[in-house]
Amino acid sequence: MKFTEEHEWLLIEDDHVIVGITEHAAEALGDLVFVELPEVGIAVSKGDEIVVIESVKAASDITAPLDGEIIEVNTALTDKPELVNEDPLGAAWFFKMKLTDPSEMDNLMDEDAYKELIG
Amino acid sequence: MAELKRTPLYDIHIALGAKMVPFAGYEMPVQYPLGVMKEHIQTRKLAGLFDVSHMGQVIIRPKSGNIIDAALALEKLIPIDIVGLKENRQRYGFFTTDSGGILDDLMIANQGDHLFMVVNAGCKENDINHLLKNLENDCIIETVTDRSLIALQGPFAEAALSTFSPDVAGMRFMDTIKANILGASIWVSRSGYTGEDGYEMSVPNESVVKLVNGLIALDGVEPIGLGARDSLRLEAGLCLYGHDIDTTTTPSESALTWAIQKVRRRDGERAGEFIGADYILDEIEKGVSRKRIGLRPSGRAPMREGIKIFSTDTAETSIGVITSGGYGPTVQHAISMGYINTEFSKIGSTVFAEIRGKRMEATVTALPFTPSNFKR
Repeated sequence: MKFTEEHEWLLIEDDHVIVGITEHAAEALGDLVFVELPEVGIAVSKGDEIVVIESVKAASDITAPLDGEIIEVNTALTDKPELVNEDPLGAAWFFKMKLTDPSEMDNLMDEDAYKELIG
Repeated sequence: MAELKRTPLYDIHIALGAKMVPFAGYEMPVQYPLGVMKEHIQTRKLAGLFDVSHMGQVIIRPKSGNIIDAALALEKLIPIDIVGLKENRQRYGFFTTDSGGILDDLMIANQGDHLFMVVNAGCKENDINHLLKNLENDCIIETVTDRSLIALQGPFAEAALSTFSPDVAGMRFMDTIKANILGASIWVSRSGYTGEDGYEMSVPNESVVKLVNGLIALDGVEPIGLGARDSLRLEAGLCLYGHDIDTTTTPSESALTWAIQKVRRRDGERAGEFIGADYILDEIEKGVSRKRIGLRPSGRAPMREGIKIFSTDTAETSIGVITSGGYGPTVQHAISMGYINTEFSKIGSTVFAEIRGKRMEATVTALPFTPSNFKR
């Protein structure tokens, strides 16, 4: 599993990656009440705001961690946003994407580096 | 920026693992480890304990010794029946402005030889200056700084507080008493800001830690932060000063005219003679062009403060604005409160709010969103 400074995790699965947010991020956001997912098939660039999430406190965005194409979204989150608080590293993945350049994964943080980032 | 103040319960909040945030000049708990959602539900199902010591507590004493004189003086600033407020009873009210706006909303209690007022934290300095400036001839205004303020709210509140003082069980909504609890004289009112039954207590600073520890040690009582306090009051349809009401909203617009008793209205025994009376009493008779209403979004996305309301999904001119909005854990749906042009304010009307550039449907809804649970 790899991590971004935006508190996302990426897990390689076959020829694509699964993306979610970390436990640290889920806890900081508070109880989620709304998730709006991107359309399947769209091309995204690193940093694009592609998911809207709202917690009991405020609205925020999840950005594309790298360049690529969205190939699947986790529609279960639309009906059960609380999954993100319950199981952020498992059932509450947000989307799957096919990376334009899979080697870019190497530039992301490993678990130790991420743990250091969040202190 | 001035240094943030702390309430006498600061150390308890830290020990309980609260997340502290700046609020109205104070460092206050926004949530505890339970989290906003569970704290909210805890308060509706059992009981929640809130530190509201940042709020202002003020004593108004008549110089004559006759409380009616203090009540009459205060009625010049507040358009409610204070003269008719019986001993050990409390009422909701607000200070008004020349142009009919609301300077602050408040609770006022008759404590026998004086009046006791609780005002919003963010307004308290202005409120006290307002009182000093206008009531100087008739009253002594004392800011209470040696007492903390806590609220115990929820269906279990009566049983919980009764373990410390059996006297509180017999109180009805808006009754006040002075109770001896754990050796301290505590000013208790049966009221709150959640829509639930419960109490607010003015507690001597030196006794408040002991009482709070005693209460949260009970099964069924949990500490609750400002986050859940906000979602609880929103579900209960209660206004948050500075958001749902302010100097630009009038009692008629904000649907608070229920607080203005007949005796203060036109043809009443003590009609008018308060700041902004002509304006406010005119509006009660003639109506207003916008009203505070509840809104229930059709979708799941919360409609938050500042979001504009439109009559259709394409209309260019907005017909209103959201002043409070979020998720209601009890109604399990997004809920909002806001102002809308009167012609669109009918319960059941469909309107649209613009979220992130998209027009989303919502229905004008009666307030409160959750039935209140007071002990009348």
